[in-house]
Parts: sequence; C-alpha cells; structure tokens
Amino acid sequence: MASFNIFEIAGSGMSAQMIRLNTTASNIANAESISSSTEQTYRARHPVFSAVLADQMGGATAGVRVDGIVESQAALRKEYNPDHPMADEDGYIHMPNVNVIEEMANMISASRAYQTNIEVINTAKQLMLRTLNLGQ
Amino acid sequence: MPFNLSSAFGIHEQALLVRAKRAEVLAQNLANADTPGYKAQDIDFAAALSQASSMNDGLAATHATHIKGFNETGMEGVMLQYRMPLQPSIDGNTVDSHLEKARFTENAIQYETSLTFLDGKIKSLLRAIRGE
Repeated sequence: MASFNIFEIAGSGMSAQMIRLNTTASNIANAESISSSTEQTYRARHPVFSAVLADQMGGATAGVRVDGIVESQAALRKEYNPDHPMADEDGYIHMPNVNVIEEMANMISASRAYQTNIEVINTAKQLMLRTLNLGQ
Repeated sequence: MPFNLSSAFGIHEQALLVRAKRAEVLAQNLANADTPGYKAQDIDFAAALSQASSMNDGLAATHATHIKGFNETGMEGVMLQYRMPLQPSIDGNTVDSHLEKARFTENAIQYETSLTFLDGKIKSLLRAIRGE
C-alpha cells in the first residue's frame, strides 16, 4: 500500500458500476413508456466499459472507465391497440425494447461488483492503517 | 557488534512493497470484472521479490562511502503475467471474480504477516535501545 493507487482503481470500478446501475434504473423505469412513433420511443441503454491499463508496473493509475452509453438496436415492441390515446393512425402503440429480466440480472451483477470494490477499499484501508501504526 | 540498520528488517521490507503492488494488480482485475476483452493479470511473487531485493535506484554509487538510495518504484520492470482462464467468457474477459477475491484476501493476509514481522523487529530494536 505504498501509494493510494488502489483507492483510485477500486473507486473507478465503483463509479463505473454506479453508472451501470443508473442506466439499469432508467431502463426499468421506462420499460412501459409508450409512444406513438418509433423515433420517440425509449431504447434500452447500456454503458460500455473499457480498461485503463498502466503501461507497466509502477506506471500511471489503472482502472476502468465508461467509454460511452449505447442504445440497444433490438427491435421495438409494437402493439395493436387502437383505443389507446397514444395510438398512431394505424392503431399501433410503440413500446421500448427493454428486457426487464435482463435488466434485473444486470442490476444484481452491478451491485455485486460494486460490493467487491468496496471490500477492496476496506481491506486496503485496514492494511494502510496498520502500516501507519507500525512499531507502536 | 557491527550492526546494519538497513538489513535489520530483512526481506520483509521488500516483501511488503511487492505485496502492495500485487494488491494493486488484483484490485485492477476486480475493477475490470465486467470489462469486455480485459485479461486478468498477476505478479509472479517469487520473481518480483528477488528482483526487488536485488534492486537499487538509478543513482550510480561510484564511491564506497556513497549512500545507497532507496527507490520505491524500483519494481517498474516486474513483468505482469496474464492468467490462464478456467472458464473463458464470450466477451473475451478472463477475470474470475471469486478467484481474484480469494487471491486478494490471501495477499492481504500475507501483507499483514509481513507487517507483524516488521512490527516485532521494530519493537525488539526499541527494547534494545531503551535497555529495558
């Protein structure tokens, strides 16, 4: 624990997983957002992670970063419901391509990964504090 | 009795540095547990330790009385090795979170072991100095 790198690495992991949790929350919240055209319909969003690699040992801080958030290209759901106030001229309503089951699995995975990073920080903190108290 | 303070702590000083580096590498693996294409890495501890204990800094000691410096980042040349995945995933990620967590915990305990040894050495030195 000679440096504080470990905190930055685990911190970047936590922040990335938090963005993943946020997109999942947004997807689940909008799972039933109906609209009257395909352009206006909400599409499921997912973050893209990429590794920040240190050139070698002792190099710059490494960790993970979010390269961007992409919208799912899966087909939107279309439902024939002419009585709906949002129905288009053909009587169809358009629903997002959010797969709620997939999102739930994603949420659990993200929260576990977040917990793991917290445990890493906790362990590193304990070891550092013990190092500070060396010889006392 | 001739006594060299810098060798009093033995190998534990270097072991501590290598352990800290390894903790960093393992933390990086855990942070990238969901990154597509990321390959899990680790340090060959024995090789890194022997390199760390033979290292000195970049300063040339051209005279016998020159003081050897201490270089904390002397492990720059330590080779990181990629892990062989037991269960490769389809996105190219080779991190197995559970294995990495186990190794991280193991490494933390070994770090603490080195700390305990160092603590004992420092305490006995202090006792000798105080003449208790």
